Amino acid sequence: MVSIDVWNASVDFPIFDAKSRSLKKAVLGKVGGTIGTDSKIPVIEALKDINLSLKDGDRVALVGHNGAGKSTLLRLLSGIYEPVTGGSRIVGKIAPVFDLGVGMDPEISGIENIMIRGLFLGMSRKQMESKIDDIAEFSELGDFLQMPLRAYSTGMRVRLALGIVTSIDPEILILDEGIGAVDAAFMDKARDRLTDLVKRSGLLVFASHSDDLLMELCDSAIWMDGGRMKMQGSLREVLTAYKGRDPYENLSPEMLARLGVTAGGDSR
Amino acid sequence: MTAADTPLDNPSRTFGRAWEDIRNGFRQRDLWGHLGWQDIKQRYRRSVIGPLWITLSMAVTAVGLGLLYSQLLGAPIGTFLPYLTVGFIVWQYILGCVTEGTETFIANEGLIKHLPAPLSVYALRTVWRLTLMMAHNLLVYAIILVIFFGDLTTPGYMISTPGQPQTGLDWTVVLAIPAFFVLAINGVWVALLFGVISTRYRDIPQVIGALINLAFFGTPIVWTPDLLTRFGGGDWRHLIAELNPFYHFIQILRAPLIGNTQSWHHWAVVGVVTIVGWFLALVAMRNYRARVPYWV
Repeated sequence: MVSIDVWNASVDFPIFDAKSRSLKKAVLGKVGGTIGTDSKIPVIEALKDINLSLKDGDRVALVGHNGAGKSTLLRLLSGIYEPVTGGSRIVGKIAPVFDLGVGMDPEISGIENIMIRGLFLGMSRKQMESKIDDIAEFSELGDFLQMPLRAYSTGMRVRLALGIVTSIDPEILILDEGIGAVDAAFMDKARDRLTDLVKRSGLLVFASHSDDLLMELCDSAIWMDGGRMKMQGSLREVLTAYKGRDPYENLSPEMLARLGVTAGGDSR
Repeated sequence: MTAADTPLDNPSRTFGRAWEDIRNGFRQRDLWGHLGWQDIKQRYRRSVIGPLWITLSMAVTAVGLGLLYSQLLGAPIGTFLPYLTVGFIVWQYILGCVTEGTETFIANEGLIKHLPAPLSVYALRTVWRLTLMMAHNLLVYAIILVIFFGDLTTPGYMISTPGQPQTGLDWTVVLAIPAFFVLAINGVWVALLFGVISTRYRDIPQVIGALINLAFFGTPIVWTPDLLTRFGGGDWRHLIAELNPFYHFIQILRAPLIGNTQSWHHWAVVGVVTIVGWFLALVAMRNYRARVPYWV
């Protein structure tokens, strides 16, 4: 069963400057009594008191201002950061898509990146080899797949990353805001594939500033503010509170009809 | 503080989790195997002869040093050159494990922060890359072996005269296989332990860089232990080699490959170091594994 449980979790980042990071200070600092070496290092409290329980079928939107802790929370939920205090338990095959440039190696080709990312997501070489055609077709990158990744535009990287995660059937899909960088035509295609995937796979957590995307893919939401969960509830409630107005007000009837089909539970 | 904040409730700091990390890392063979190959291909991407540069640079260094030192030390080229070459190949492996081991997590910052994976995958990537480089270097060994086969298979040959007579190359060469495995297993703990410490304290790679050259000259690679007592003096001089753990690691692999007299005490020392090292690595993984993504 797919689930993510987080209890009383907090995440702080130690900020080492050149001095506190060196051994010199840790060793010499011992003179004159017990100074906890950690206490001298400034700490950023990125997340505090996170209590969360997500299970199969949840499609959670993550909203909040820049620096509110959305990306950090996503990393906590994908198991990259383990909470400093409290605990977390993640059950299921996770596929995260974060900041799209960094996780991939710019010097190697698109194909190689597909392979490496697939292996990281728990696939075998053989399984990935059989998926490459599918990913190439979906991402429409064609011969560009043979080029090193540094030759790609941001949108092309997003296409590649989305192609990979949607092709491998993850149980938990974690998306950060970067995926807004693709053009409208591709977004339509990706949306279908994502909604399809979300229906099949268990769990989606999606951070974005784009209401449209959130409304298409998610049904519940978490509002992050200053590293804490300020509000948790249905997407409509949370977006209304966050934006100060009901985002569904100005939608065209066609759009509402479509959302009614694809993102059913808004009225919950 | 609520009860839930106590360390007991924090399940990431347990030997169980550290062990799980290492076991899952080993299981993802496809992943680290691929990453290790990728590293080699990447390094020689646009060069004409590619990874053969590894072999070639090893050949040039080994032959050059071999010729020079055999003259300096008055040793016969036929036995001294293979001795130095094999010693140097093994040393390169150890050197790689130590120096690249310290960079294991620092170099993989991007991946660690973006994809969930056991940390041991990165240590295995480093060791596997070095193993592949070692495989390229074995080509030099093969060539040396063909050229000096006669010298090395003579029972009772001496590497430097006067010196201990060696048994000569025979079936015991197969002991090189377990010896190499032991070396690789040690490489993994070195990468894990030094990797974790260096990620926190960025001076460690520099400290190691400063000391490792001294270790090279202090270890019997370009000289033989025989030479320690050449000018008489007490037996204590043997301790210069014997107290150096690198010597034992080199010897377990070098001795079978060139038909040296083998001694169980090298294996004993290596065994103890392996156990202590893995224990320390497990402790480091238990306490700081979950911190590494915060530190990189």
